[in-house]
Parts: sequence; structure tokens; C-alpha cells
Amino acid sequence: MRRLAVIALPYLWLVALFLVPFLIVLKISLSDIAVAIPPYTPTLDLSEGWAGIRDFLAGLDFENFVFLTQDSLYWRAYLSSVWIALVSTLITLAVGYPIAYGMARAAPEWRPTLLMLVILPFWTSFLIRVYSWIGILSSEGLLNQVLMSVGVIDAPLTILNTTRAVYVGIVYTYLPFMILPIYATLEKMDESLLEAAEDLGCSKIQAFWLVTWPLSRGGVIAGCFLVFIPAIGEFVIPSLLGGSDTLMIGKVLWEEFFSNRDWPVASAVAIILLLILIIPIVLFQRNEQKAREQDG
Amino acid sequence: MTTKLTTLTAVAALLAGAAAAQEVRVYNWSDYIDEDLLTEFEEETGISLTYDVFDSNEVLETKMLAGGSGYDVVVPTGSFLQRQIQAGAFQELDKSQLPNLDNMWETISERTSQYDPGNTYSINYMWGTTGLGVNIDKVREVLGEDAPVNSLSLIFDPENMEQLASCGVHVLDAPTEVIPAALKYLGEDPDSKDAEVIEQVGPLMAEIRPYIQKFHSSEYINALANGEICVAFGWSGDVLQARDRAAEADNGVTVEYHIPKEGALMWFDQMAIPADAPNPEAAHTFLNFMMDAQNMAQASNYVYYANGNEASQEYLNEDVIGDPAIYPDEETLENLYTFSPYDPRLQRTVTRLWTSIKSGV
Repeated sequence: MRRLAVIALPYLWLVALFLVPFLIVLKISLSDIAVAIPPYTPTLDLSEGWAGIRDFLAGLDFENFVFLTQDSLYWRAYLSSVWIALVSTLITLAVGYPIAYGMARAAPEWRPTLLMLVILPFWTSFLIRVYSWIGILSSEGLLNQVLMSVGVIDAPLTILNTTRAVYVGIVYTYLPFMILPIYATLEKMDESLLEAAEDLGCSKIQAFWLVTWPLSRGGVIAGCFLVFIPAIGEFVIPSLLGGSDTLMIGKVLWEEFFSNRDWPVASAVAIILLLILIIPIVLFQRNEQKAREQDG
Repeated sequence: MTTKLTTLTAVAALLAGAAAAQEVRVYNWSDYIDEDLLTEFEEETGISLTYDVFDSNEVLETKMLAGGSGYDVVVPTGSFLQRQIQAGAFQELDKSQLPNLDNMWETISERTSQYDPGNTYSINYMWGTTGLGVNIDKVREVLGEDAPVNSLSLIFDPENMEQLASCGVHVLDAPTEVIPAALKYLGEDPDSKDAEVIEQVGPLMAEIRPYIQKFHSSEYINALANGEICVAFGWSGDVLQARDRAAEADNGVTVEYHIPKEGALMWFDQMAIPADAPNPEAAHTFLNFMMDAQNMAQASNYVYYANGNEASQEYLNEDVIGDPAIYPDEETLENLYTFSPYDPRLQRTVTRLWTSIKSGV
């Protein structure tokens, strides 16, 4: 009985927080727009019993999904989001790996402090941290003032309101999610393996690529997924830091929902986004499972 | 034991008191009220007030259409109000609870009844125009002394925009504001509901798009005030607030607001009570408080927008009532046009056009 409860609890969680909302969104994506509260039809009328359910099912059709294929805006936005997320993930990896490596190789008494420094930004609201980048990146902002006073540049760089600023924002925001899993794997690593590699004639660089990198791959993959998956659907960063020409699916979704008041199409956009994300999520799950089996 | 009981009774009394105390939740545009008024309202009526802000009609409308927003008073713009009334989002006002209705200005009430026939559901809060905010020194520096600061050609003529791009141009991220102006510049009916006519805005905007730094509906206030941009196509009072902030900061930035000589959009922000407002009675109290002549004057004096309250005019500061950018003269008033909502199909065309204008896709 207790065993059943232990198994049922996570499933209950999944059903309540994932499956039910998903079904609601799916239902809306199959209905039609209307001037009403809420702004779509048909709505399920359970008071009429089976007839209500039959009417509800009869009113469903897939025209909103067909619509998404007819306008190039949507697939371009999906592609551009995937691209931005991919590039950001690679930059985050390039920045995060050396930091994690440095932390793992630091003297043990320093590690808790360094770890604290990585986690500390979470104590401030995400929105405020993104906002403060506006102050840093704007044409009259800190970065330009410093660069100009040092004499590196003559005219202010335009970074804010461009896609470059979006990269800065995403890399900054998700960096801890890259550092922490890599740090975790590197810290566990047995350093005597490196000594062995060097004894056997490896240079330091060779030892890194032959020993450290393969052993930290689990952390790297986990970090990449933790950055890539949320970055695809990112809305706050592109809308605050990005320019009007930064095309991301999160913004398209916002426009469908708010400007067009077209909840059915907005829901269809969300469903497709979810389907796109399922691929990396499944890969991630499989990777985790493999790692667990190896450990076990 | 006795002390415990007393404590319990005290707590119960407190709870009862809290439940009995009235509250009202207001959802209004950002930078749109003198916050002293909120404290005065609470002191005068004993009703506790929660005041939240938004910066786009779309956000408000989505909350209204989702239902259960929890707000008692909201302030949509006329054309949005009209559609929300159709959707059944608002309740009729109980005019017996609004003795200050006598203060309202017939000239404005007539115009707002275009959106809300008989002003059954709403009361005018503020009205204004959509026009040009300029950092006059920078614009003259770039375009010369005879820069067309009072003409739509300032932002719709690519030759002007090419040069202005160096000092920064912001445009409202609101198709219902920009498209009518673009149509006016093209010599078309700004309130056109003909998709083919509206599509003409696309090529026009495509030419000036590379020179627009950002489409945004509230950032331009600060950006104008601290000199980060030199031109904003924005709302009258917001530009005038930027003018004041610049003057206060004494940073050498001089901001001016101009109503384009071709004509400008005249809009009305209307206070209304959602159909499912939890505290309709307190909402009426709030509306009546805001319609008080002195209170309304205080609000206008602070935000630099004209209001629809005739009785408030004697309390308005000279730099508000006397400024033709806020209270336009007869001649300018005739040149102003209004806007009515798109039907859902045309709305989709317009949003799509707007997306392609902004993102080039």
C-alpha cells in the first residue's frame, strides 16, 4: 500500500501539473476564436451529458494547425528560436566549462564560497537582473561609457535592442545551470587518473581531452539541456533586451495571445513548441538513464 | 486561560474588521496618476485601494476576456472598450451612485459615446493625441533649423529617418496607433477598414524600418528624457512627462510635443467596471472620487493629459489648460480623427502586417 502511494505520487504530480494543463491547451487549440469570455468556442457543456460531449467533439477541427503551416512566420520563428538557443548553449558551455573547472580545481576550503558566488544571483529577481542589463548595454550605458573613456571605441556600440543583447541575456541568465552540473561531475573526478595519464606520457592537454573531458561529459550534456530547453521558449529576455526584429517563438506566442486575442492559434503554437521540445527532452532522459546505469 | 480567550476574541474581532473593511482594485496605465490621489482616496473613504498598472491595451483586454481578473476598475481605450462591451466584459454603471457625473464635459462625452453608446458602461478618465515627441536640439542638429517637427514626414519620410537614426527613434508598439497615422500620411482614411488600403502601410514602413531603434510603448518616456533618443512617436502626455523629467534632471535635454499638422489620432481612456468585479460598490465610490473636479484636476496637472471633466478645468494649472498640445484649439481639434475597432479577421491581417513590419518576416 505504501509502495503504491510512493509510485502514485509522482504520477499524480505529472497528471495534475502537466497532463491536465496540456489537455486544456490542446482543447483550446482545436476550437474557434469568438468575441466572448473566454474568447473561443466551442466550450465543453457537461450539463447536457453525452449530447454536450458529442457537440463539443463535432466542433473540433485542426484548422489552427493547418494555419500555422500556411504562414512562413511560424516556422521561421521556430527555427530562429532553435538557432538562438543552440548558439547560446554553445557560448554558455564555452564560458561555463572553464569556470566549473576552475572551481573544481580550487583549494577545497574555497569551493563552498565559489559555489555560493555562482548561486548568489538567484537571490535577486530574474526580472531585475535582466533589467539591469539594459543599464549596462544601452548606448548611454555603463559598458559604452567605460569603453569610450578608455578609448577603445569612439562612438557608442549598439548592443541593446539587437539579437546580440539577447545572447548576452541568455548566456548570463542560464550560466549557473551550465556551471553547476559540470562542477558536480568534475568535483567527483579522481585526480589520480590525471597523474596516471601523465605518468603514461600524456601532456597536460592530452590528459584533459582523454581523461577529464570524457569523464565530465555527463555534466556537459545535462548543462546543455538545462540551458537549451528553457532558452527556446524564452520570452522575457528577447522582449526586454532584443530588438523588434528578434524573432522568437515566445514573442510570436505572446502576439497571438494578446494582440490577436486568438487563443486557439496561440494554443496551437504552444502545442507545436512542446512537440519540438519533446525530442531534446527524450534524449536528455535517455542520457540520464544511461548515466545511472553506468553508475549502478 | 482568560488571557488566551481575550487574545482569541481580539483576533476574531480583527478578522471580522478586516472582512468588513471595503477594498477596491484598480488597473490603470503606467505613469498615469498622481499617487497622492490614491492615499487621499483611502483617507477620505476608508476603502483600501490596490493599484496595478499595464502598458498595453492588449494585456488588459486579455485579462478582461479571460474573466476573473479580480479588478474593480479598469481603464481601456475607447476602441478596445467597444469590443470588450460586445464580449460582455463590463457591467452597466449605476448612475445613482455617481453624483459627480454632472461634472463631465459634453464635448468629450459625445465623442466617447461613439464607443460606448450613451456612456452606459464607462466614464472618461483622460484623452489625448498620438504625435511626435522630439529632442529639439538634437533633431535640429541632425536635420537643420527647418526640421519638420510638426509633420508626419518627420518619421514617415525615409530621408529624414535615415539621418535621425543616428540619434535614435522609438515608435509605439501599437498597430492601432501607428497604422492610422501612416494611412493619414499616405492621404488615406486613417480609420479605413479596407484590407487593401491598410496593406499599403507595409511598404511605407519597410522603408523607414531600418532607422527605427525600437517599437515600445513606455520606454520612450525615459529614453527621451535622458537624451538616449531624439524622436518618439508616442502619446501626448507621456512625451510631456518626458519633457518634465528632463527639465527636473536639468541634463540639457529639451523635449517638445507636436501634434502633426496632417492630423492626429484622438483617443479616450475610459474607466469601466468589469462584469465580475468583486467590489462594484467600492468601484463606484472610486469613479465618483475621480470625477470630483479638484481630484481630476490634480490628476491632469500631474500627468499632462486632458480630461473629460469640465468642472475640473478651473483647477487646472496654466501649463496644462493653456497648452495647445494638451487642450488643442478649435482648429487643431477639427483636424483630429478617431479610430474604431477591427473585426477579428481584419485584426489578424493587421497583427500579421505589424509583425512583418517589425521583424521583416
